[in-house]
Formats: sequence, structure tokens, C-alpha cells
Amino acid sequence: MMRLLTTIMLLALLVFGLWSWVDYDYWLLGPSPAHYTWWWPEEFSTIGQDIDSLFYLIAVMVAVMFVITMGGLVLFTWKYSAKRQDKAVFSHGSHKLELLWTAVPAGLLLIIAFSQMSTFAEIQFASATQDEEGNDLPVHCEIWASQFDWRFRYPGKDGRFGTNDDFESPYELVLPLQENEEGDAKKLVFLLRSRDVLHSFFVPHLRFKRDAVPGMTQRIWLGIDDKQMEEVLATREEKSFDIICAELCGWGHYKMSGRVRVLPQDQYEAWVDEMTAQQFGNS
Amino acid sequence: MVDIHAPHGSEARPGMGEPGTTREHHDHHELGFIQKYIFSVDHKVIGIQFMITGLIFFALGGLFAMAIRYQLAWPWEKMPVIGSVLFPNTGQAITPEFYTMLFTMHGTIMIFFVIIPLLTGAFGNYLIPLMIGAPDMAFPKLNMFGYWTMIPAIFCVFMAFIQPGGGPAAGWTAYPPLSTVTSAAPGSLSAQTWWLMALTWVGVSSMMGAVNYVTTIVKMRAPGMTMFRMPLTIWALFIAALLQLFALPVLTAASAMQICDRMLGTGFFTPTNLVVNQFNPETAGAAAGGQPLLWQHLFWFYSHPAVYIMVVPAMGLASDILSVHARKPVFGYKPMVYSMASIAGLGFIVWGHHMFASGMNPALGMTFMVATIMIALPSAIKVFNWLGTLWGSRIHLTSPMLFALGFVAMFIIGGLSGIWMAATPVDIYIHDTYIVVAHFHYVVFGGSVFAIFAAIYHWFPKMFGRMMNETLGKLHFVGTFIFTNGVFYMMHQLGMAGLMRRTADPYDYETYAHLQPLNEFITISAFLLFAWQIFFVWNFFHSMFWGKRVGRNPWRAASIEWDTPSPPGHGNFDAPLRVYRGPYEYASPEVEEDFVAQSRDLTGKSE
Ligand code: HEM
Ligand SMILES: [Cu+2]
Ligand SMILES: [Cu+2]
Repeated sequence: MMRLLTTIMLLALLVFGLWSWVDYDYWLLGPSPAHYTWWWPEEFSTIGQDIDSLFYLIAVMVAVMFVITMGGLVLFTWKYSAKRQDKAVFSHGSHKLELLWTAVPAGLLLIIAFSQMSTFAEIQFASATQDEEGNDLPVHCEIWASQFDWRFRYPGKDGRFGTNDDFESPYELVLPLQENEEGDAKKLVFLLRSRDVLHSFFVPHLRFKRDAVPGMTQRIWLGIDDKQMEEVLATREEKSFDIICAELCGWGHYKMSGRVRVLPQDQYEAWVDEMTAQQFGNS
Repeated sequence: MVDIHAPHGSEARPGMGEPGTTREHHDHHELGFIQKYIFSVDHKVIGIQFMITGLIFFALGGLFAMAIRYQLAWPWEKMPVIGSVLFPNTGQAITPEFYTMLFTMHGTIMIFFVIIPLLTGAFGNYLIPLMIGAPDMAFPKLNMFGYWTMIPAIFCVFMAFIQPGGGPAAGWTAYPPLSTVTSAAPGSLSAQTWWLMALTWVGVSSMMGAVNYVTTIVKMRAPGMTMFRMPLTIWALFIAALLQLFALPVLTAASAMQICDRMLGTGFFTPTNLVVNQFNPETAGAAAGGQPLLWQHLFWFYSHPAVYIMVVPAMGLASDILSVHARKPVFGYKPMVYSMASIAGLGFIVWGHHMFASGMNPALGMTFMVATIMIALPSAIKVFNWLGTLWGSRIHLTSPMLFALGFVAMFIIGGLSGIWMAATPVDIYIHDTYIVVAHFHYVVFGGSVFAIFAAIYHWFPKMFGRMMNETLGKLHFVGTFIFTNGVFYMMHQLGMAGLMRRTADPYDYETYAHLQPLNEFITISAFLLFAWQIFFVWNFFHSMFWGKRVGRNPWRAASIEWDTPSPPGHGNFDAPLRVYRGPYEYASPEVEEDFVAQSRDLTGKSE
């Protein structure tokens, strides 16, 4: 009785454990938004695809390991019951097996480790925000975090910070769609700063997250994959996406939100004009 | 047979009265109640004191979790029971400040007042002398102080709750400047200082324990008990104690630095020109020029090893219990020891995996990633060896065995999800989401707590001389297993959807709006899980007084703690003791019974 029940419970964990990853709509217990693929929000950044495929790569290996180990547990719990066996096998282990299950996972884990490196370097290394000669790429805007809101400081029409046409956009980060000569999306570089405590700049749809640390200025970058974005936008009415604070910053942490919106170059310029007019009057 | 080395249990059937218990105690004068049960220097009493204290705090930490879950399922709705008392001004709904306090104190209590005291305090104390054949700890008085320094720790925690502004609210990780600048949060007024002092006292307690465990294990093993004849539980507790010894000073120093920042105007963690809520600490005479990331490094330098302090003993307990109840030697004893040791060793060079998104130098992140991914290897080796132990065994599905099997299942899940988080590019997305919450609850609740339950069911007869009720134990397991997965499994998927932890009301975000039904499901599972523990509570206290009496060795186990009377008297062993072999000689072809006790002398026995 207990043997059957225990085996079923372990087996159920194995089956539901796998199934819940596959059958998205069923397990969510409610309708899922159209701009979701699988369990996560559809990404549209130039690096997002890489991140997602690294996730899936690990997922495959993890699933195999999960099936082997949980499967073994289920099988042994069922099979090696005291009621059915007279005497246990008297064994203290096996050198060969130890070697096998050390070497094989070690190899797999090393593969996982090394396959992460180039993507991580592309995201976080200093070279990611520099051009080929090692010069810093120009900064698109400054991201300022403070309890409990996001503010985005733009250099204004002259493209230079610290001049008197700088303007500030509260709440909404607006990005232009820019392409380089090869027609690829251009990197947009930002300075991330905090005025008070720790915060974290998180955009789920762009698979991006970085803490804003007071006293530290961090150069970060985002790249928009425009085709991918068109597809996502086609699924929804909202034209902007959530920015979420991902590091506890006080009682208002839960409502420290912002939005990010991407505009074609001409609309973006119109927006800059509008913001300038709003903040400095028409001059 | 008058051989005093004979295992007393080998002839006794489970539950049978046992002749050994009538043997007179060649003993010590009677101690008064206070000396015997309150200010006791006996490791067994101290162990049980830690256990009862830990379980009481478990209930408290659990209540906090229920309140957190209520808010996540039905944000800002009237909180039942406590609502009208605590929140008259918000229509009985929880306040956001209170929510931050809840998860801060839930984590703090569970880690520092439940898991660590239960594993190292309760089982470390109770089992080490008994399983290595020592009459007591090396420093019994120090051991007593180890328990009694928990009292100031508990006092500080309670003081923290009643400070103006409410309890500490900077998370169990207490990242500055939120935790150090008083204007940053109401919980960062005086409450945070009490929190830091509580942590320091817990540290003092752990330190005294660790010194004792290491000394006792190195110096006081019975004749014949070589290091490689020690049960894996003892190896695990030994390794955990070493982790404490090396890592804890760093946390203590870091807490002292945070206290200085808060009270003496130093600026270890305060950057220059910081203005929080219109207040610049420098205008109040405080120094600045510090670095918030410094705290994170120091904190995780302790707290990553601390997660292994929370799981390595659990691995040891589970290994022993699996072997006894499957009647089979532990598979790969030495690989088990080496893998625990390498988990501990590697555990010191992976702390940065909590900081991949922190702005730490990415080259450093790269090295931390490789080390972290490699730490999954010894974890995997352990899982394979547990499966090896079960292979070809004779499983008795007793309550301890069920929880030990549950432990293995949960550890598999918790260990595997660690790999995603160790992979830096992936962790950038999932860091601080519910995947992390799922991961650590699988290892700490599914792992450590299941192992603790298994160990309580297993050693309860030794501790109190009575069995716990098996039917209730099994019932307890079934519900706990189902609801634990009900609570924690789908949190992985919430994390995939990007749901952030520590968020009081996520549903205003477009990204999270559709996640409420799943959260309601989780909350209901959590309530059931909590309520289900009544079977354990009842069983525990009822069996303590009215359980079926047992002899020395009700499970027919081979390790030497079962040679003592149940419960063992002062000084533990009532006959001279010698150890002849390892602790897992089950199904040995040498004898007819299905086990050979460690202390049984087979020389001269010819068949
Ligand atoms: C297979 C081995 C393991 C690996 C590879 C691993 C990896 C990780 C990583 C990378 C994180 C940070 C995730 C993030 O914040 O983004 C993490 C968090 C955590 N892990 Fe593990 N882990 C493993 C086993 C364990 C075990 C055995 C325990 C405890 C018994 C544990 C407890 C925790 C806790 C408590 C946290 C969260 C800390 C916090 O942010 O509050 N882990 N783990
Ligand atoms: Cu925040
Ligand atoms: Cu860690």
C-alpha cells in the first residue's frame, strides 16, 4: 500500500514536473497574454535569442538528468521492497561506476560552463560598450533610479550631456530604432545610476537586468531587434513594455515601475522635440 | 552470551522490552531538575533544547510565510485574524512596510533560528558523542553556553519587532544602504541594529558549537572508531562545523561594520554624497566613501557556505537513514565523504554567484560561474550514490525512510535548478525572480527540512525511549510531500514569467497580471502544508509521553548510538566500547542477521 502510494507520488512528481514545462496554458490556471512564448515574455533584444537558447541548452541536459535520477528513484522505490527481496545486495560501491558518474557529468557541466562565456562577455564586458578602437560609445541617456521611481535624462538635441537643453523623462524610457551600415540594430549605451539605495533595472522583454548601485556608474547597453519587436507589438495593443525594479529598495519597491517604448527614428525625433518644448517652453 | 561488546539490539525485536535497560547506572549523584533539564551540560539535553526551540521558531517562521502567501494571492485584502489588531488604519489590510518586514523576518528566522540550530545545534549535539562513542562533548560547559547564547539572540529578535517603525525590513541579506541609512526605510531605524545584534549572538552560539564538534570528533572517538569508520552524519557535521569556523568570522566582522556604519558614523558601505529620502548621512557627521558592494561580498562569503551548512548535515542524516531502512551499506562511502568535502571546499569560492547582476567585475563573474557550475558535480555524485544505495536494497517504508526518499527527490530538483542560475547569461534574467525562490526552497525545505523530519522520526526513540506513531508519520509524509511540491514547483514557472521576489503586489504590472490564479493555487497549497503539520506536532508531543516504549535498537541499526539505553543516561555508554568496522554493515554475508553492529566482535566466531 505505502509502496504503491510512494511510487505513485514520486512518479507523479516526475511526470507533472516535466509536463508543467510543456503544457503552458493548462498549468497557468488562466489565460496567458499573447505576447508570451512558452513560459516567458517574448524577447526582442539582439542578445535575447542567445540567452534563451542557452536556457534551452541547459534545460535539455537538466531534463535528461532529471529523468535519469528521478526515474531511478521511482524504479528502486517500487522494485526493491523488503517484502519482495530476501536479502539486500552486499555492496559498498563500485569504483567503475564512481568514475563514470564523475566523468560524464563533469564533461557536461564543463560544456555548459564554456558555452556561457561568449554571451556573458558580450553582455557585461567593458568592450561591449566600446567601439573597435576601444573608445567608449556615445551615451544615449542616463538612467537614474531612486525610491521609488525611474528617471531618464536625455542629452537633448545637441547630443551632449551637461548642456542646457538636457531634458528628463520620468517613468518612460524612449528608444529610437537605429541601424548601422550593415543594417543591424545599433547598440544603445546607457549610464545606470542610483541616487539613494540599491535598485535593479529589469526589462523582462529585453532579458536585461543590472543593479543600480549608489556611488557607482555603470555603462550598460541594450539592442533592439526590430523584426522581433514588430512581431511582439503585433500581438498587443500596448506599445510599451514594463521596467521593473528587481532589487529590494524599501516599502515601495513593489510599485517602482517604468515603461520602455521603442520608436522609429523620425517619431523618436518628434518625441525629443515634444519633450524639449514641454520642459523649456517654445523658444 | 555475556559478551559486553555484543550489539544489544541484535537479539531484540523492534519494540521489545530490552534487558539492558535494567542495568544499573554506575553513576553520578542525582542532579536537581534545573541542573538536569535547564542549565544542563549534557549534550543530549542541550540537543533536545535546541530541537524544541528550533521547532517553536519553525512555527513562527511558518506563520510569517502564511501571511506572505495571503498577500500574494489576495493583495491588500483584509488579513484574517491579525488584520484587525495590526492594521486598523488600512482597513485590516497589510501595509507594504509590514510586507517587507514579513519576508525579512521569515528568512532570518528560518535560516538562523530554525535550520542551522536544528541541524547543527540539535542533531550535532545529540548525535556526535553518541555516534563516535564519547561520553559527552569535549567542552560540556561551552556547549551549554552555546545554547544559552541563543537566548540573547532571541531577545534581540523580539526587541527588533517592537522598535518604532516596525521590524527590520531590508531582507535577510540586509544590503546597504537600505539597511544602514536610517531614512531609507522605517525598518532601518533601530530595528536593524537589533537584527544585527541577534545575528551576532547566533554566530557566537554557532561558533561555540563548531569548536566543540570539531574537537570532540578529532579527540574523543571510541577505540577503533577511525575517521573512515564514522557514520556520514558525523562526517557531515564535522565538515559543516569547519565551514562555520572558517566562514562565520567574516559575517561577524561584516555585522560589526554595519553596526558601526549605523551607530558610530563610519562609512564602510556608504558612498559619498548619498542622499536618501532628503537625508545625507554626511550632514549628520557620518563618514562616507564606502562601497555597498563590499557588504555583498562579505555577506555572501559567509552566507553561501551557510547554505551548505544547512544542507551538508542533511545529506549526512539522509545517507544514514537510507542505509538503515534499506538494509544495505551506503554505496560509495568514501566518494560520499570526498564529495561533501569538495562541496565545502568549492563552497568558499562561489559566493559571487549571488552578484552576477550587481555590477561586480564581469571577469570575476566568469570565474564564479565556472566554480559554481562545478559545485553541481559533487552534488550529482551524491545523488548517484544515494540511488546506488537503494539499488538492490530491501526498503522498509518507515516514516524516516519516506522522508529520506523525499529528501533525495527534492534535492534532485533543487540541485538541477542551480545549474540555470549558475549560468551567468541566464541568471541575468532569472536572478531575484521566483526561480531563485523555488530553487532554495527545494534545497532548504525539500532538502534540509525533510531530512530533519526523517531524523526526528529516526532518532526519536533514542531521545525519548518511545516510538513515534508510524501511521501518523506516514500520513504526515504524504501530505507534506504533495503540498510541498504544490507550493514550490510552479514557482519555477512564475520565475520564468519574470516574477520578482519580494514584491508585495505584482499584479499592477502588465507582465505579471496573469499570474494571480497560479499564486492563489500556491497559497492554498501553502495553507494546507502548514495545517498538515498538525499531524507531526500531535505525534511528537503525544509520543514523547505516551508512545510505545522501545528497547535499545528498534530499527536494528548498526551504528553505535544504538548500543546505549533508550534514552541514554548521563555518560551515554553503560559498557566499555570498541569499534570493529564501518557503520553500514547491512546484509553482510558474515553473519546470519541482516546487519553487523559496529561494536560487535566477530573474532573467534567461526562458522
Ligand atoms: C547544485 C548546487 C547548487 C548550485 C549550482 C546553486 C546555485 C545558486 C545560484 C547561482 C544562486 C543565485 C541565484 C540568484 O540569486 O540569481 C543560488 C541561490 C541560492 N541558493 Fe543555491 N545552488 C546550489 C545548491 C544550493 C543548496 C544545496 C542550497 C541550500 C541548502 C542553496 C541555497 C540557496 C539559497 C538560499 C539561495 C538564495 C539566496 C538569496 O538570494 O536569498 N543552493 N544558488
Ligand atoms: Cu526596488
Ligand atoms: Cu550561493
